[in-house]
Amino acid sequence: MFGPEQGHFALALACVLALVQFAVPLWGASRRDARLVGLAPYLAVSQLIALGYSFLCLVMCAVSDDFSVQNVAANSAVSKPLLYKITGVWGNHEGSVLLWTLILAVCGGAVSLFGRNLPDILRGRVLAILGGVSAGFQMFCLLTSDPFDRVFPAPMDGQGMNPLLQDPGLAFHPPILYTGYVGFAVPFAFAVAALIEGRVDAAWGRWVRPWAVAAWCFLTCGIALGSWWSYYVLGWGGYWFWDPVENASLIPWLTGTALVHSAIVVEKREGLKIWTVLLAIATFSFSLSGTFLVRSGILNSVHAFANDPARGVFILALLAIVIGGSLALFAWRAPSLTSTGLFSPVSREGSLVLNNILLCSICAVVVTGTMYPPFMQLLAGRTISVGKPFFDAATIPLTLPLLLAMGVGTALPWKRAQLARTFSHLYAAAGIAAVGLVLCFWKLSGILPIACGALAVWVIAASVSDVLRRIGIGHTSAQGVWERMKNLPRSSWGAALAHIGAGITILGLCGMSQAEHAIVEVHIGETRSLAGDDWTLLDVHDYIGPNYKAMQADIAIRHNGKLVTILHPEKRDFTTQSQTTTEVAIHTNFITDLYGVVGDRHGTGKDTTYVLRLHRNPLAPWMWLGGLIMAIGGAFSLSDRRMRIGAPKRAAARNMARA
Amino acid sequence: MNATRRGILTAAPIIGAGVLGVGFWRMLSDMRSGAFDPRAIKNPNVGKPIPSFAMPGLPGLGDGFTDAELKAQHRPVLVNFFASWCIPCVAEMPGLRAISRNMPIWGIAYEDKPENAAGFVQRDGSPYARVASDRHGRVAIDWGVTGVPESFLVAPGGRIIWHGSAALDPQIYEAEIRPRLAGL
Repeated sequence: MFGPEQGHFALALACVLALVQFAVPLWGASRRDARLVGLAPYLAVSQLIALGYSFLCLVMCAVSDDFSVQNVAANSAVSKPLLYKITGVWGNHEGSVLLWTLILAVCGGAVSLFGRNLPDILRGRVLAILGGVSAGFQMFCLLTSDPFDRVFPAPMDGQGMNPLLQDPGLAFHPPILYTGYVGFAVPFAFAVAALIEGRVDAAWGRWVRPWAVAAWCFLTCGIALGSWWSYYVLGWGGYWFWDPVENASLIPWLTGTALVHSAIVVEKREGLKIWTVLLAIATFSFSLSGTFLVRSGILNSVHAFANDPARGVFILALLAIVIGGSLALFAWRAPSLTSTGLFSPVSREGSLVLNNILLCSICAVVVTGTMYPPFMQLLAGRTISVGKPFFDAATIPLTLPLLLAMGVGTALPWKRAQLARTFSHLYAAAGIAAVGLVLCFWKLSGILPIACGALAVWVIAASVSDVLRRIGIGHTSAQGVWERMKNLPRSSWGAALAHIGAGITILGLCGMSQAEHAIVEVHIGETRSLAGDDWTLLDVHDYIGPNYKAMQADIAIRHNGKLVTILHPEKRDFTTQSQTTTEVAIHTNFITDLYGVVGDRHGTGKDTTYVLRLHRNPLAPWMWLGGLIMAIGGAFSLSDRRMRIGAPKRAAARNMARA
Repeated sequence: MNATRRGILTAAPIIGAGVLGVGFWRMLSDMRSGAFDPRAIKNPNVGKPIPSFAMPGLPGLGDGFTDAELKAQHRPVLVNFFASWCIPCVAEMPGLRAISRNMPIWGIAYEDKPENAAGFVQRDGSPYARVASDRHGRVAIDWGVTGVPESFLVAPGGRIIWHGSAALDPQIYEAEIRPRLAGL
């Protein structure tokens, strides 16, 4: 019922359905044939069902240890825990491509189900574009990365999985990240459909924004989760390495953030239309290029994917069709889109334009830093490496004005603002930011961390004061405040939350710039001090785990003689894969992480010493907490959208009931 | 904004994407023919004798070494430049440990604080027979090192016969290094 052959067949069926989903509605739309266009949602849902079935088959193969399937034999083993048998399905190239196409199909299904208030022609075209992209990647899956490929004779047991990947954080990182990447396919499809139609208006902005916000939430969570994973699993104390694979996720996040903001201008003021369409195309193009170029081996990354230039050529051809096609359409049709909403530079729109310019500049810096090494090698034959010093030096100065503008932007009215009046709303926030600046001078060292820290406080204070002003704290009675709180749109709450989250993340980054660490070699019972804490190695003992041998250390941390915690870092030896992993021990009070790693054992008997790595990471949890708050903010503003989009229908239903 | 300027501006993205695409296509086709390897670095010193140097050791890890000691070896030695701040070097360590069972590896810590380098080497077990510290990267310049990790295969007598700029692993050892050992 759920065998590999059924899965393979379902994948091929889905591919055919996707091709029909691409061709028929587009043809129908050009002939203005409502019946053909109306087929699109049914085709999208059937494609989703076929692909979901195919994915389920692959999961069943992994769960039932069917080692005749090459993919399962190479990545699974009988002894692997059930959870990792399931999550291991997307822990490799073939499975992750299948998951990627499945999420794309889910997006198509979601547009079919939730897009019932869209004009039929627009919905048909959007689904057709999604179908076309789906068909391309399903073909990629079938022709070059077949997850259902068989081996004969089937091995008795699989080769197992990289132990580093056997971690709940990483298990759910790819689906969330991919949902973020692939989610931007919907704004992309809306942009292409709008270009075909030759019309972008406020309604288009209203339809496209929830999809962009939803994808943005997932991408934010995905990046935060990935960074958190590298922090607590790799045991290196770092959280971001400016590696090409990491940059590949940051680039669409930056343009996606710009898109979420510029779509507001389209929706409220019918401005920035061409720019928003371009951002929608660019964001998905960067998502595509990022996810797939890292698999071609062009980008030199520490994240290992099975590199295969032949696969790379297929991907590149696919990218040329999707990205090249949409950009050609853009070059052809975009000049006919005209803006109507006029605004002065000092206004809400003006601040959103500034936000877009700065975000895209940061994005350009990251793209340049990521692409420079391979292009330098291609053109000049020289090999160079671009790393943290470049990215820090180039992105932080752009982030400072961005933070400044974030605080001012939400306080500005549309069209035209009076600066004096706006600033009168911001005195309190500026005062708090000044206090923050003093605190930063006291706690942080280095001019950039101090400036970033103070501006992060400014963003948080300005967002809070903006909400307080809107709900009329200090101006109206408690009753009035409550009424205004209820009436304040959820999107305003969401924007404030997201901005506060961004401020918290920046504060976390500033704190981490002050992290301290020491690598020490100690005997049992010895004490070393790091930044005011005394770390004592109490004991080290060995134990045998399910498929590894472990060495566990007990490290007591005392502050002024008072016991703070006992950490139990481990070093695990996976004998079958001949791989060692470190299990980091972290104690957090949400202000500071105390982070301990145990390394080598030297000598024997009384002379035995152990190498320990001790880290004190101020504000580390705030980086990911801020990311989560940003995503929650996005979700909040989504809940607003949905109500408003559903409103006309509900109102109609009410009127019916009355009549 | 007039129509021509609009046209040029809206065409700019596809032109940019096209340039990138052609570049990627060239890289991929050269990768297939072997002419382009994103991980490879050409080193002009291959085939030449090693430059002269004398370097101190790392704290707790012996004395360091000189070019004379390296030339005096009777077996080929793999010289590996690394640094504790280098992420690919972390990834390389298990591979180096595996290779060290077959041949001696001498490590040179590149632009690294000696205590950090010593801690890094000892973290999961040192693959190095000997380790020296190139605190300010002077020796690395003479060797023509462009980054870390990079490795050199040095024949007895001190001639460099192979250079690799990727993180080493047993596959590279089998494919690139072991065949060269047979001729020595």
